[in-house]
Amino acid sequence: MPQMLDAELAPKLAVELGLKLDEYEKIVEILGRRPSVTELYMYSLMWSEHCSYKHSRKALKMFPTAGEHVLQGPGENAGVISVGDGWAVAFKMESHNHPSAIEPYQGAATGVGGIIRDIFTMGARPIASLDSLRFGTLDKARQRYLFEGAVAGIGGYGNCLGVPTVGGEVYFDEAYEGNCLINAMSVGLMREENLTRATASGVGNLILLIGSTTGRDGIGGASTLASQEFDEKAEDKRPSVQVGDPFEEKLLIEACLELLDAKLLVALGDLGAAGLTSSASEMASRGGVGLDIDVTKVPQREENMRAFEIMVSESQERMLAVLEPEKLEAAQAVCTKWGLRSTVIGTVTDTGHFVVREGETIVADMPASTLADDAPIYDPAMERPAYLDEVQSFDTRSVTLPSDDELGDMLLKLLASPNICSRRWIWEQYDHQVMLNTVVLPGSDAAVLRIKGTNRAIAVSTDCNGRYCYLEPYLGAQIAFVEAARNVACAGGRPVAITDCLNFGNPEKPEVFWTFYQAVRGLSDACKAFDVPVISGNVSFYNESFGQPIYPTPTVGLVGLLQNVSRHTTAGFKDEGDAIIMLGETRHDLGGSELLKLIDGSVGGMPPTVDLWREQQVCEAVICSIEMGIVKSAHDCSEGGLGVTLAECCIAGDIGANIVFQSRMRRAVSLFSESQGRIVVTTAVEDATVVMTMADRLRVPYEVLGQVGGDSLSIHDVLDVPVSELREAHEPTLERLVHGE
Amino acid sequence: MRFGVVIFPGSNCEQDVIHAARYLGYEAEYIWHGDTDLSGFDAIVLPGGFSYGDYIRCGAVARFSPVMAEVVRFAETGGPVMGICNGFQILAEAHLLPGALLRNVGLKFICHAQPLRVEESACQWLDLPGGTVLDIPVNHNEGNYICDADTLERLKGNGQIVLRYCEADGSVLPDSAPNGALDSIAGICNERGNVFGLMPHPERMVDPLCSGTAGVPFFTSIVKRLAEV
Repeated sequence: MPQMLDAELAPKLAVELGLKLDEYEKIVEILGRRPSVTELYMYSLMWSEHCSYKHSRKALKMFPTAGEHVLQGPGENAGVISVGDGWAVAFKMESHNHPSAIEPYQGAATGVGGIIRDIFTMGARPIASLDSLRFGTLDKARQRYLFEGAVAGIGGYGNCLGVPTVGGEVYFDEAYEGNCLINAMSVGLMREENLTRATASGVGNLILLIGSTTGRDGIGGASTLASQEFDEKAEDKRPSVQVGDPFEEKLLIEACLELLDAKLLVALGDLGAAGLTSSASEMASRGGVGLDIDVTKVPQREENMRAFEIMVSESQERMLAVLEPEKLEAAQAVCTKWGLRSTVIGTVTDTGHFVVREGETIVADMPASTLADDAPIYDPAMERPAYLDEVQSFDTRSVTLPSDDELGDMLLKLLASPNICSRRWIWEQYDHQVMLNTVVLPGSDAAVLRIKGTNRAIAVSTDCNGRYCYLEPYLGAQIAFVEAARNVACAGGRPVAITDCLNFGNPEKPEVFWTFYQAVRGLSDACKAFDVPVISGNVSFYNESFGQPIYPTPTVGLVGLLQNVSRHTTAGFKDEGDAIIMLGETRHDLGGSELLKLIDGSVGGMPPTVDLWREQQVCEAVICSIEMGIVKSAHDCSEGGLGVTLAECCIAGDIGANIVFQSRMRRAVSLFSESQGRIVVTTAVEDATVVMTMADRLRVPYEVLGQVGGDSLSIHDVLDVPVSELREAHEPTLERLVHGE
Repeated sequence: MRFGVVIFPGSNCEQDVIHAARYLGYEAEYIWHGDTDLSGFDAIVLPGGFSYGDYIRCGAVARFSPVMAEVVRFAETGGPVMGICNGFQILAEAHLLPGALLRNVGLKFICHAQPLRVEESACQWLDLPGGTVLDIPVNHNEGNYICDADTLERLKGNGQIVLRYCEADGSVLPDSAPNGALDSIAGICNERGNVFGLMPHPERMVDPLCSGTAGVPFFTSIVKRLAEV
């Protein structure tokens, strides 16, 4: 039996490690005795919010997770969908917010590294990364440091690996000043038969640790960083941030995929949050088996490491494999070929117990499933936050809108706004083309990646507007979904499945948990309406600093499928004379809009309403028209409204447009309202009736806006701005802001 | 025609070079960095990536791979060798090409389509007329070419400068090089013209589904030339 902790010390240490006293008592009950120091560390990590989802688990049950394409839903390292011809796509999004807020380069880099390991663990080759980022406003030096560092870290890691970073999004808002968000999504491709799960089985099989040595880095990352709010002591937590080695990870990818191809492994899992403890216990729990591990076998990079440190270290670039003893030699030969360390550290047993030894001494012995599955599940209290009444009652009609002769200036201001301006400064630091699959490059609505050897492609987009979620979380979460769906539809993809990264404040605060619950409900209803399941995801709580939560930010990563890659569509206008048609209709939706923020400095009102049925029909009309080969460009309306959409189409296509639409609304509203469910498409004039007939058939309202042509964007006779001027407003903002200008 | 594409630990464009060559109808196979047999290959490509993580100097470790001694021998006997990006850095470290590649002047990784002007040169890998402008992506952190003044004069005199970064109209301005490269040099060859190193990635511009076909001549020229010999 392991040596128990002192009766007085044990509960104190438990609390210090982030456990609550009744959680500590539950551990004592499970073990029938006080825990050893190693056991206590292991439980504290596995029962942390980050690993156990103890506050969110019940709410997440609302999500639809099944569907005809789903090969693997939530519960594994990543979800997997079938995309036809025997090919499957694995994807997942995960947060690395707290480490990045302390050390942006390494925090973001290891965020990318971690999510990519989740993908190749499933047997898929990572083929694309996307990143959803949130910072405070860039007029503050600290925010510039975080933003520049995070972008450099994402690039530094992904570029070295040779996995293209093809898309993502970024918003700047005071709400994220003390707690930036770094959500990384990875997408991988595999043959269906190579799908591998992290489920240990086969008594007597060996446990092989592959990759880096183990050090003290990242100890307690999941509990002390990811599961607590930030305060003035945050800087002291820097040692809890892991350091990435993308070269080692590149070798791991190649070696692991070779091991799986050669069918040398029974199971494979990566060491992420809570390190060896979580990887091993989750594998054992899924397989209903026990494990016997000797920490002295684990290659260490620091001297005198204690057993508990080895068990919870979050040193990066390590994988855990289970294999049959007779395949050990062949497997180790593959690792050696790639210059990787591989060490047998234990065996699979039939006891159901997770036993940890330090040489001859047993330092931990507990039922394996209790670590992974027996964390207390909470039903957190909920209360509608008081601030909602105040912000929602803001009357957006009371705001003085720009007059007709100010519309041109306002459009240029919107294009130059940090939340709308070109993201080129970011994506030119990312290798977005390696692997030769990127058919639509960054800068359009969604990235399109072809699947070599087939005629198909996938389209991927990540989206979430935190302002809308702050004003009304149920609607805000739905808007995150429908915007992602529209983006993918604009590229020609039919939405298939999503992953999500739910970023919220402290769930133990009833007001915060209410917003979480509403967002999950909203997202879930949107998924059901579109028949698009959630196949993987991540919850990140405690995104607060000095007691102030971030905007609720349920980021959606949506993957859609194109049956014919040659039909993919981009945002830029193409040819002189093409007809411009807007599907959907504009209403007076200025709540939470960028316009409101610019002219009034406020975030108020109700966000745009969402008609899920209508949204789906709009997407369908666009996808069907694209599949017929008659759509020359497609771009949805989001922040900044129709005016910004038209300007972006002109900039991307380097061609102007003449707009003559009819509307009874004030022109500032027609141009800058952020009504949902709108997509602007262009077709050759002779094909315009086909699109209109399609819209009629799907009962989608539409409006012919005008024609592509000339070298300026001309709207009625109130606005006439040369495309070059639009570009000058749109392109350089981020670079200027980063340089503190 | 059979291309050999070397894989160093950390290479990451090897699959793209193979894809491009095969897409154009040529045979192409991988060569592991630990192997030393180059027989059966008509031309060797060192692909882009981050060999050994590029943790020391780019290419500084890869040049000591067992395969490199054979690549040097292959080049010395007139065999065609092309190094793309990290491959160029390795060729420079191996002294098959003069000069070195420093960190970009902006201190940032750059990935974007880049206009390049083809110069009149001795290069066997490119038979386009001087003055041709090609749009080909660059994708690197250390592409800032440098050499001493004598070497630069020699490069010019011998027709060893193959590609220069330029403006869309083909003019070369002082700041045309996105990485600060000396004399806007994007690609050079050895005196004989069989060893060619360049920072841009022509293999990304072969398959028309991905961005265009400006990179095709970087594969077809050498094939044509070998067929003539």
